Amino acid sequence: MVSLTIIDRAGQENSVDALPGQTVMEAIRQAGFDELEAMCGGSRSCATCHVYVEGPALPPPGEDEDDLLDSSDHRRADSRLSCQIRLEQALDGLRVTIAPED
Amino acid sequence: MMAGAGMDHADVLIVGGGHAGAQCAIALRQNGYAGSVTIIGKEAEPPYERPPLSKDYFSGEKSFERLLIRPPAFWVAKAIGLRLGREVIAVDPAAKRVALSDGESLTYGTLVWAAGGDARRLSCVGSQLAGIHYVRTREDCDRLMEEVASGARRIAVIGGGYIGLEAAAVLTRAGCQVTLLEAAPRVLARVAGPELSRFYEAEHRAHGVDLRTGVTVIDLQGETRVAGVRLEDGSVVPADAVIVGIGIVPAVAPLVAAGAAGANGLEIDAFCRTTLPDVYAIGDCAAFACHHAGGAVLRVESVQNANDQAGCVARAICGDAQPYRAFPWFWSNQYDLKLQTAGLSLGHDAMVMRGDPATRSFSVIYLREGRVIALDCVNSVKDYVQGRKLVEAGARPDPARLTDTGIPLKDCL
Repeated sequence: MVSLTIIDRAGQENSVDALPGQTVMEAIRQAGFDELEAMCGGSRSCATCHVYVEGPALPPPGEDEDDLLDSSDHRRADSRLSCQIRLEQALDGLRVTIAPED
Repeated sequence: MMAGAGMDHADVLIVGGGHAGAQCAIALRQNGYAGSVTIIGKEAEPPYERPPLSKDYFSGEKSFERLLIRPPAFWVAKAIGLRLGREVIAVDPAAKRVALSDGESLTYGTLVWAAGGDARRLSCVGSQLAGIHYVRTREDCDRLMEEVASGARRIAVIGGGYIGLEAAAVLTRAGCQVTLLEAAPRVLARVAGPELSRFYEAEHRAHGVDLRTGVTVIDLQGETRVAGVRLEDGSVVPADAVIVGIGIVPAVAPLVAAGAAGANGLEIDAFCRTTLPDVYAIGDCAAFACHHAGGAVLRVESVQNANDQAGCVARAICGDAQPYRAFPWFWSNQYDLKLQTAGLSLGHDAMVMRGDPATRSFSVIYLREGRVIALDCVNSVKDYVQGRKLVEAGARPDPARLTDTGIPLKDCL
């Protein structure tokens, strides 16, 4: 299990246990949050699963992810598409904040 | 199952458990809606994502559990009733009551019709043979995957739209010998310009698909199982299985019988209201004057449209009615090609090619009266993201600048 903290748009912190191999998007959805639209289902075609991350270092976003993040008015230095972060044990303790809706 | 006391009424009754229906229920709760909400779903499964049925579920890369729009516990926690495996067969708009295929009936305060569509069936001789498949539901897809797993190798795909092309790509990669038959002179004729069609035709052929355009299917041949597809010229394409991807028929009959206006899709106004009181329609089955298509009345078959119309209706039910204006976008994955479209190209009067299709990364930009109205971007996420802003702004850039890949589209605003 990988432990994550998910912070919803109301600022509420929630502890979530996820499986290695799942993406952060799937973990958020599986935990029952209703705010993350993730419209394309994780196929790197939209930016509706936008989150901010802090904690363990992640590999930098790929070019497509980087371009898609540019479509958000709420992009920050710690922005990621949650469908592009695959969970592994090293990411235990990751804090993920659901970004505002565009 | 008998409906328990208090179970025979829903303040909001949603017909259809696809993207539109699921998102409507989710958005109602997000907006603080406290009334009872029930979804009637024709399929046995809780709401799941449909696009992967012709992509990474079909290829085996994703399990079904990963397609679920929300885990089963979510619907319970949000007090959203799921009545699955049954259909609405009649609507009484005066009594505000629906009759279900299982003999039950339910009354509603507001009805949201999100029933989507059924795969359009072939009607020629041989259409009832075993081994003929559609790709609309999980069940369809599972049956097809089983046949491929048990040895079907020669596959004929009838229809060169997105479903047919995506299925052809997955099957070709799985080692099948695919023949794709399209009646129109080019694939994707209904949704894209000829440049994009030519590109995808060439790609599929390069990957080994025997892709034929301008061919008419006469009948399907075989004893009990399909063995081949006979064409107008008398030739027969041998096939162990046939996939039919010729569009959908909107599932609207009970509501039209109840008096709702519409034929090819339920007629809705800017607020997604049908012509019946307290009845909305959203998603694939709804026809509307589309703001992004110059007011043309059309149905938009996409996850984006389903989700955004769902949100529009949920907000309206919660007292914040705003006209539906959400920006249309769509995607299709075939082989290693990622197509993203922004806007709707319908009604364009000019087209600009940006980049060289031979590089497998390019965009087709559609204009009407000088304004950018849509883009088809292949392996070009940057163009998609920046071009979308051109469409939203109604930009009238110099076409020569659009073709110059050295100039980012954001600088063409």
